[in-house]
Amino acid sequence: MTKNNDIKMMTPTTIVLFIILVAGAVTAVYRMLFGLGAATNLNDLWPWGFWIGVDVLGGVAMAAGGFIIAGAVYILNWKKYKVIVRPAILNAFFGYLLAAVSIFLDIGRSFRIWHPMVMWQVSSIMFIVSIHVVLYTTTLATESSPMIFEKLGMKKALGFVNRIMAPVVLFGVLLSTLHQSSLGAVYLIIPTKLSPLWYSNKLPYMFLVSAVMMGLSMVSFETILSARVFKHKPHMEVLKGLARGTLIVICVYLALKVFDLISGAGISAVFNGSFTSNMWLLEMVAGVILPLVLLSMKSTRNRLNSIFVVNILVILGVLLNRLNVGIFGVAEYASMAGSDYFPSWMELIVTAAMIAFAVLGFKVCAKYLDLYPETQH
Amino acid sequence: MELNRRDFLKTVAGTGLALASQAIPAAAIMPREVPPEAVGILYDATLCIGCKSCMVNCKQYNSVPDGALYSKDMKNPPFELTTPEKIWDAPKDLSGRTVNIIKAYKTGTGENKDADVNGYSFLKQHCLHCISPACVSACPVGALKKDPVNGVVYYIEDRCIGCRYCQLACPFRIPRYEWDSASPQVRKCQLCRHRYQEGKYAACCEFCPTGASIFGKVVDLRKEAEKRLALQPGREYAFPVQTVNSKYKMPRAVSKYQKHVYGLTEAGGTQYLLLAGIPFELLGFNKNITDGVLPDLTWAYISKIPTVIAAVLIGGAATWAITHRNDKGE
Repeated sequence: MTKNNDIKMMTPTTIVLFIILVAGAVTAVYRMLFGLGAATNLNDLWPWGFWIGVDVLGGVAMAAGGFIIAGAVYILNWKKYKVIVRPAILNAFFGYLLAAVSIFLDIGRSFRIWHPMVMWQVSSIMFIVSIHVVLYTTTLATESSPMIFEKLGMKKALGFVNRIMAPVVLFGVLLSTLHQSSLGAVYLIIPTKLSPLWYSNKLPYMFLVSAVMMGLSMVSFETILSARVFKHKPHMEVLKGLARGTLIVICVYLALKVFDLISGAGISAVFNGSFTSNMWLLEMVAGVILPLVLLSMKSTRNRLNSIFVVNILVILGVLLNRLNVGIFGVAEYASMAGSDYFPSWMELIVTAAMIAFAVLGFKVCAKYLDLYPETQH
Repeated sequence: MELNRRDFLKTVAGTGLALASQAIPAAAIMPREVPPEAVGILYDATLCIGCKSCMVNCKQYNSVPDGALYSKDMKNPPFELTTPEKIWDAPKDLSGRTVNIIKAYKTGTGENKDADVNGYSFLKQHCLHCISPACVSACPVGALKKDPVNGVVYYIEDRCIGCRYCQLACPFRIPRYEWDSASPQVRKCQLCRHRYQEGKYAACCEFCPTGASIFGKVVDLRKEAEKRLALQPGREYAFPVQTVNSKYKMPRAVSKYQKHVYGLTEAGGTQYLLLAGIPFELLGFNKNITDGVLPDLTWAYISKIPTVIAAVLIGGAATWAITHRNDKGE
């Protein structure tokens, strides 16, 4: 098989995505030449904004499907999920690329991005986060490499990567566990700035569990979507399994959040009608409780369209959680100190371009690589 | 079959054990006691007349090589000409161009100095030089350091990548960024550490005419602050000028103080101490500052990492061995 001729590159969607990508690239160059103040609405009271909240925190959480499915297939030996292991890993790889490019643009001295690798600071969560981005992106590239080696007919390299795959995957599971949780740990040092609705000493656990929840939904979402776009039959058994997994993780997450609310800010804190508490309610009701109710019905788990809707709810819910922790949860503190923040159009266009890049990249890979080895076209 | 089972287990579990047994260096944990020779500033708002001499001189004496506001191709100190005439350096807040600022607080008619009702007060804002600085613990590249001898929290421009985690981590909103630059730096007070070698000390204290800001060893400053709190309001006291052990004194009637030395316990204690007649939260200081040591909050997570590494690698290898026991190659 050389390429999937069913996949057409010149569709209207592709062209629009490409235009967004070019606009984003131009904006990124502008940001590099004229600095963060010229391109973004960030300021001293809002040192982090949309790029960190959406691209980095969201992108990394979205990538969690990669380590879960890889772990299930290569460590737990759950053969059923082998059909989705390649797209799941590729999806994760794009998620991490997105985060890495965003970090490059977000830091003030982009070309010093390698500094943490040689200037170790073990007391810094940010150091731990950056080490993990590098190591795990490399791991994901290794996990994806068999597709490239197959395509290029490099039998020796292919054999080598396949032989070391199990330890590589285990290493990936370890890195992801630490990386997902350490992104939550980033916020442990701001107990006086982050709203008590989100601040908790359990933030690392919450980030990890919610990332797993989102990862499972993302893999399912992406399986259904690519089956539609690339016109092959989705594996219903796999989707049912993912839905069951999502349901279990949602239960754990909800228990964690409710326990934390009761032992921390208190239940009344979410019903005081303030903007912050409404954001908490929106995140929890639309992104956690509603998916939980829907998924606990067997009829939902058996229907493709219902699963698809639940996936979208979970994904948006976790994205909102990251925005709440990164932006809305510190808004009260920052506005008290006299500053508001809304992303500039340049920040928005760069984020849109990142997403366009991931979608286009995935599509190109689906066309030219053997992304779905067990699906007949 | 992928890999010889015994080799796999040996490598993976071995790495796990090796990592777990390797303790993270204790140096990574922040100090919690103020170093005996540490220096700092005591600011007494009841003595401050708002002349801003400290601001003028801070900017001037820090716009020289190694100063907190220096950059290579600068012609003038980084003034902020915010008024319509554009002739005054008139910063509104701390910024990438201003690392020390005097602000005024006024309530009601603002007639009486240091009074809660119809009163006013000045306040001086700059880096507090925490004993366990959150910014130092947060920095991924060691661009912020705490001097082990004098305790000054300083910045090494060459290391900084501009992630701005220091800005997020600081509970006092101190580090500021040069947003309008394409190669920006973090700016904050470095307690004029570049002037110590020539026998000088913080410019804001040297040029304070009333003794509102005095420089000295933290142990002496703490004693001085507590002594002032114990004084009878209205009685005369000879306030030292410039430094805590100065022979120049300014005799003055003692004002009524808030019974708290700000900086003694806040965020685990700081080397900048403040006294005021008006409650500190009214002067804009965060009331919810924890007395706990902020870096401890992240350390609680980081110290668990070796255990997680060992658990995942050993548990994962064991799981792999069990789930693959019947696989005979494909």
